[in-house]
Amino acid sequence: MRIMHCETYNAQYVLEEEDRMASIEAEALATAREEARRRWEAKTSADVYVTVGTGTCGLAAGAKDTLAAIQKEIEKRHLTAVIGEVGCVGMCSFEPMVEMQAGGKDRLNYGQVRSGDVPEIFASYFEGTPLKETVIVGQVVPTVTRRNGHALHSLSFVDPETSEKIAFHQKQLRIVLSNCGLIDPESIDDYLALDGYQALETVLTGMTPEQVIKEVTESGLRGRGGAGFPAGVKWGFARKTQNWPKYVICNADEGDPGAFMDRSVLEGDPHSVIEGMIIAAYAIGAQYGYIYCRAEYPIAIRRLEIALEQARELDLLGESILGSGFDFDLYIKEGAGAFVCGEETALMASIQGERGQPWPRPPYPAVSGLWGQPSNVNNVKSYAYTPRIIRMGAAWFKNLGTEGSPGTAVFALTGMVNRTGLIEVPMGITLREIIYDVGGGIPSGRKFKAVQTGGPLGGCLPEEHLDTPVDFDSLVEAGSVMGSGGMIVADETTCMVEFAKYFMQFVCDESCGKCPPCRIGSTRMLEVLERITAGEGKLEDLDEIRRLAQGIEHGSLCALGQLAPAPVMSTLLHFEDEYRAHIEEERCPAGKCRALITYEIIEELCTGCMVCARKCPSKAISGEKREPHVIDQELCERCGLCKEVCKFDAIVVS
Amino acid sequence: MGRADNGAVDLSLMDPVFERYREQKGPLIPILQRAQGIYSYLPPEVLQVIAGRLGVALGKVYGVATFYSQFYLEPRGKHVLRLCDGTACHVKGTAILMTAVQEEYGVGPGETTEDGELTVETVYCLGSCALAPVAVLDDEVMGRMRQETLLRKMRKQLKPEHSA
Repeated sequence: MRIMHCETYNAQYVLEEEDRMASIEAEALATAREEARRRWEAKTSADVYVTVGTGTCGLAAGAKDTLAAIQKEIEKRHLTAVIGEVGCVGMCSFEPMVEMQAGGKDRLNYGQVRSGDVPEIFASYFEGTPLKETVIVGQVVPTVTRRNGHALHSLSFVDPETSEKIAFHQKQLRIVLSNCGLIDPESIDDYLALDGYQALETVLTGMTPEQVIKEVTESGLRGRGGAGFPAGVKWGFARKTQNWPKYVICNADEGDPGAFMDRSVLEGDPHSVIEGMIIAAYAIGAQYGYIYCRAEYPIAIRRLEIALEQARELDLLGESILGSGFDFDLYIKEGAGAFVCGEETALMASIQGERGQPWPRPPYPAVSGLWGQPSNVNNVKSYAYTPRIIRMGAAWFKNLGTEGSPGTAVFALTGMVNRTGLIEVPMGITLREIIYDVGGGIPSGRKFKAVQTGGPLGGCLPEEHLDTPVDFDSLVEAGSVMGSGGMIVADETTCMVEFAKYFMQFVCDESCGKCPPCRIGSTRMLEVLERITAGEGKLEDLDEIRRLAQGIEHGSLCALGQLAPAPVMSTLLHFEDEYRAHIEEERCPAGKCRALITYEIIEELCTGCMVCARKCPSKAISGEKREPHVIDQELCERCGLCKEVCKFDAIVVS
Repeated sequence: MGRADNGAVDLSLMDPVFERYREQKGPLIPILQRAQGIYSYLPPEVLQVIAGRLGVALGKVYGVATFYSQFYLEPRGKHVLRLCDGTACHVKGTAILMTAVQEEYGVGPGETTEDGELTVETVYCLGSCALAPVAVLDDEVMGRMRQETLLRKMRKQLKPEHSA
């Protein structure tokens, strides 16, 4: 029995009473776990077990209708089946995804199953009829890694013919995402059945806060929010500050455009984040915790609410957790739409009900954070790693990835890549492996141009940097950053000047306005970029950009300002020729900047179907039916709608 | 929404909200969120009553309400179309979708049609990047949007006589 925070319990009978309570409550958890395992066993070995991915991605692709169609099909076939909802399995391009398992047959995952395709997959699974509309993504094979008498359950997909892992999964290693797509995120039973909250039990019954901090420090876990600060060291700072109450805060304000790693973890495995936060709270001696989640993630918020309620019922939150004498409770704070709130001090200002404007550090949150009290802020994934590290041991984690960046990296792989999705790879893998082996390369035979990591505060890397190993330090060396995990691939149709302008526009919109270099500097830089993309740039503008970047970088208080010029500077470093083409030749090599391009119809390919003429917003296209059409360049506004709607590839940009 | 028969803003609807957050620290933002849930935007009378009940300056309430993009000080359309312009969607052609919507309904980002039927907005990233480009019509998230499918969906949802 350890003594928590400021109170001191001296009386022997108090300790005895608490020990007795502890054993009762630990027993209750053990009973709940046993029951949960039985239910998990029954569910996964049911005669017919069907799961549907219902994360935001799945729902956006129509999973709700698919789910309804499955229920109908099961009724029609008079089957006794268990239908489950699971989180995101990561292969967003195959959504909606359905998994089927019945009577000792292989467990198969079907992709792009619209409601109308449901009878087809049932017929295929049960009667072996060939598939027409859907594809088998893979055979699902549960995997278990064992260490320290504990286990890490996950799943992987293999080719049913060859039994080899499918290409998307070959180089992945799922730790933080291990439960995503495997368990029902709204069921604490599923989480318990797969050893959930076992780490918390271990911590509360057999480890001192110092031991927890030592274990996390030894694992080498670096904060996954972007900065990569060692998590255990950070916890140590907050532990040392003698001032109560203390707070643990989970930064789930994933505002980077092009990033959805944290959303998937919260939607697919909310209990892992909660368990990690309780462990962190115990380690630093905190009484209250907040999960600051952006309002754009309603499903994540709902699943967190359900998970918190379930955890309270099992005495995993609240007073004297599992009878240990350690009190801790956790609340959700919904963001209100401000990117800057991903910055830790702005985030705390927002929890306090103020404008989300950063304040200067030091003092760091570990000394003076929320309401002036010691606070520990970590990213969603950092907390989600914690229970796994406690269970499997620091040494296990330390041995994964690279020496300087142990463990795995989670990326939202998007943009111009064949297999978009959520991936988890060991640190040290190269960008090329991620884009070509995991992501399957660039679609439509187009050429790779750049990969953008770190969101609007990160950088773009060109072809020659593709062999850079992905870890916190190597990416910085190459001129980008790890960030929180967005990875966007751009191909030859992306104009890098326009891309840079897009990020600068984002910074302009999202600058909180506190520091003039960020507020005004970003606007000035955007004006320069607008000039260049409009074909009115001068060569001096490039120096102007560099000068402004210096000022913004050095004159801003928080990371948003300090890193705001990074996307522009990295494109200027690697793609100066594109900037020069815009300025010197008034040409946009990618064919994107409206002021510098023309759309033309290739006479031989045009069938005269008239679709483009009907669609053109400025009525710039004319021609007779079944005769080649022409574009009036005076009227054309270069919106690209005609090229988009043309079924015969008869419209080209030049 | 949230109006009495004479058209005035019904402020009594705020009472349960104040009750709910009475003991919470830093309640301003959740209260504004609930208020907007009731009235669909934040009318000036509501901002005043919040300032009064929380004992903070109206300027502070206004400052917070205008800082966050989620809060609206003007009424919005009956239907709201949000086009995601996060990086992935941007790369995959949000601009084309926006042009198509603008052409059909005559309103661009941040604007509401005169009859109050439709508000169009762009947002930065809804986190469904792998399904880019993404559009959200009245909270229904739709991925891999093509202009034709989007317009068809909108025509179905909005008053039929509305589209040009």
